[in-house]
Amino acid sequence: MKSYVPNTQKERQEMLAEIGMKSMDDLFADIPADLKLSRPLDLPDALSESELRDLLNAYTIMNEEGGPLFRGAGAYRHYIPSVIPQLVARSEFYTAYTPYQAEMSQGMLQSLFEYQTMICRLTGLDAANASVYDGATAAAEAMLMLRDNKRKKKILYSAGLNPDVITVMKTYGHCAEMELVEIPLDSNGVTDVDAIAANMDGAAGYIGATPNYFGNIEPMSKAAEAVHAKGGLLVSYVNPITLGVLARPADYGADIAIGDGQPLGLPLAFGGPYVGFMACTQKLMRNLPGRIAGQTTDAEGNRVFVLTLQAREQHIRREKASSNICSNQMLCAIMTSMYCSVMGPNGMREVGEQNVAKAHMFAKKLCEIKGIKLRWPNTPFFNEFVIDVENAKDINDALANYSITGGLVLKDGGMLWCVTEMNCADEFDFVCDIIQDTVDNIGGEE
Amino acid sequence: MRSEYKLIFERSREGRRAYDLPECDAPDAMNEIPAELKANAPLRLPEIAEIDLVRHYTNLSRRNFGVDNGFYPLGSCTMKYNPKINEELAPLFDNVHPLLDAEMSQGCLALMKDMEDMLCEICGMDAFTLQPAAGAHGELTGLMHIRAYHEHRGDFERKTIIVPDAAHGTNPASAAMAGFKVKEIKSAPDGGVDLDALRAAVGPDTAGLMLTNPSTLGLFERNIKEIAKIVHEAGGLLYYDGANLNAIMGIVRPGDMGFDVMHINLHKTFSTPHGGGGPGSGPVGVKSHLIPFMPVPRIEEDEDGQTYYLNYDKPESIGKIKSFYGNFGVIVKAFCYIRSLGAEGLKEASENAVLNANYVMNKLRGIYEIPHDRTCMHECVVTPGELMQYGVNTSDIAKALIDRGYHPPTIYFPLIVHEAMMIEPTESESRETLDEFVDAMKGIAEQVKTDAAAIHAAPVTTPVGRPDEVTAARKPVVKFED
Repeated sequence: MKSYVPNTQKERQEMLAEIGMKSMDDLFADIPADLKLSRPLDLPDALSESELRDLLNAYTIMNEEGGPLFRGAGAYRHYIPSVIPQLVARSEFYTAYTPYQAEMSQGMLQSLFEYQTMICRLTGLDAANASVYDGATAAAEAMLMLRDNKRKKKILYSAGLNPDVITVMKTYGHCAEMELVEIPLDSNGVTDVDAIAANMDGAAGYIGATPNYFGNIEPMSKAAEAVHAKGGLLVSYVNPITLGVLARPADYGADIAIGDGQPLGLPLAFGGPYVGFMACTQKLMRNLPGRIAGQTTDAEGNRVFVLTLQAREQHIRREKASSNICSNQMLCAIMTSMYCSVMGPNGMREVGEQNVAKAHMFAKKLCEIKGIKLRWPNTPFFNEFVIDVENAKDINDALANYSITGGLVLKDGGMLWCVTEMNCADEFDFVCDIIQDTVDNIGGEE
Repeated sequence: MRSEYKLIFERSREGRRAYDLPECDAPDAMNEIPAELKANAPLRLPEIAEIDLVRHYTNLSRRNFGVDNGFYPLGSCTMKYNPKINEELAPLFDNVHPLLDAEMSQGCLALMKDMEDMLCEICGMDAFTLQPAAGAHGELTGLMHIRAYHEHRGDFERKTIIVPDAAHGTNPASAAMAGFKVKEIKSAPDGGVDLDALRAAVGPDTAGLMLTNPSTLGLFERNIKEIAKIVHEAGGLLYYDGANLNAIMGIVRPGDMGFDVMHINLHKTFSTPHGGGGPGSGPVGVKSHLIPFMPVPRIEEDEDGQTYYLNYDKPESIGKIKSFYGNFGVIVKAFCYIRSLGAEGLKEASENAVLNANYVMNKLRGIYEIPHDRTCMHECVVTPGELMQYGVNTSDIAKALIDRGYHPPTIYFPLIVHEAMMIEPTESESRETLDEFVDAMKGIAEQVKTDAAAIHAAPVTTPVGRPDEVTAARKPVVKFED
């Protein structure tokens, strides 16, 4: 049996004796006897380290992954520079707690301050927090920021948000008794701006996404006009890896920018841990939830970083806090910050350009196959797009035979494809050949 | 000792780079995107060579302090050793996309299901969801179950959650976020729930009571059965804050104490590292009457018991609380910990955590004041007591501990103890580490009497001195400006 307890049985007995006890049981005398567990826990046998390794390998073998991947929909495979896992493995970072004791936590606090600066520069906004759990909870928290700032419970959101994001907003919104109004997409697959304008009366603001769930780049400046005309706030949910090439939230007048930082150096890891980022204008800073690192000085005038604006937080304000969040995703936040430093302005632009180039090349090739069409051929996209095809499920089954993960099959039968810098032209040819065969065979059977 | 450290932005030099991408084998397509949707300037990010980046973060890490650096008796946070094998095994799943078809991700689903089953057994609950990302997130999720339970019974009057004044700040904050009113009740003189106050507080508006047991004083709530009875008879449900679960594994289970719903902090009890403030993981366990309300998707087996799938078809579910299924990478590490220790090892961990806390408390008696002096569980609360007359407070003592190589205990919590220091040694520490810590605490107490000025000046061994927090909050600077 593995034990991480250093004290030997003899030492434990001596320690017990020193506090006047005979056995471990004496330590638990306060617990009513009839509540105590009278049997050992019924758990699988303890494993040695090598057995544990074998067991985990056995679970991984039950997965089938590793081939080319054409799926995104909220989780994206991008290249992770090796410095990121290496540096984040410094145990001074990962075995630390929240940096309450600033003097011995400058490493983490400065890293968070740098992360906040990166998020401000990606989004063009004034202030950022030190992260929330993920993009979906960032949206839920942004919804509550709108409510608190405008003192209104009605909020508009785009049908183009990721369905998980919408569901999480509704879950939080039910408790907060919010009135959430969905704004539909128009015939180009982007949010109907007229519908935003028509529904803004009495609303605190609007939460939209670009690129949206279907990959379409939204004309957010038009949404901003519609929202601001009625005194509302605009929240833009963005994929941060687009921001080297696409307009930034501040460019089109967003008051709050949110999203999931996973594309910036975090592994897919079956859905987490990821990291939610939140940035806002100066005016909204005190409505932000969660930890914020700030700069100050010590008595000698040295620059010092410290957790600040804590009067918003649960450990001070309790039920009046701006959020209940305590632990967030700090290590993940630092990974995204490292990614931004590795890439720099040119790397962020290049990776964006490669995603756009490859996604468009693949989309063009796919659409050369008879029976496959882009759903919104006139709408610009970044690295995801939707096709309409008769037999999406058969296509994915055929690809799976070659360990290829095809696009996500949507509820309406369409397919949402994702292409990143990790996909290559050879894959495109191979995939299109398989799809062509699948389409031909099904056509032949009819 | 004092030294400022440059920001990564201050190290930037135009034209330097640490990235490289393969040649793009697709023709440029940026002309497919209209100009008004494109960026109009380069991002203002650092330009830095790889070696400078590596040194920047390596040296930043040296300005930080983790469990691997030294003793970290931060009460209520359970800063135990984070086993290295778990760090190595979790990344085995790094390349699994969360939206693979279920046939392709059977390994991940099986691991999660097995984890849920083990947590049910450890806690005496009927079902677990792994979706919440942290403890407070678990609290919110659990409270949503309580709300859904009452609403589905057509009882819309139960709008109040009762919280003892000793509770973690997240308790009332989570209750407010779940849409409840918060009613705080005073603790009894012995630090436990005041039964009369509880009886007076419950009524037809009571949705539930949130309780930490052992309490934030590190004491087991001896009246738990009576408390459960009072709350249940009033029609409320009982919520267990699992922050202190490390005291009781294999000894007593929240489900057997009468709790209806609870959360666990995997990053406390089950040894996953805290990451400097996350990622954590806050699974929520429920009794059978709350199962219909659990977040979707649920991991279920098909009829032949061969294949796992994700079931989203749960009409009474509270919905989703997070994208996908939880902080999977954290869950894997906790799973590894439980499988390494087994039933006997978990109980051994709890026993030694409690032994270590009592050992430290016993040695501090007479030097520091112990406001609730009885056998504690995994943590003890002490105060400076008479040392205050020399003009020092808890914060000063904490800072003096930093100079002696320790991370301080949790300070000024619980709120019901004036100038509290909450010490949680965990089972990871050897007797000599505890002895040395006690010696340091004694040394500080001596120095307080002889040279209080030195205590006020602490810490002197750190790269920076005490921060001016008032200015930080009054004139917030939250990002770097060129």
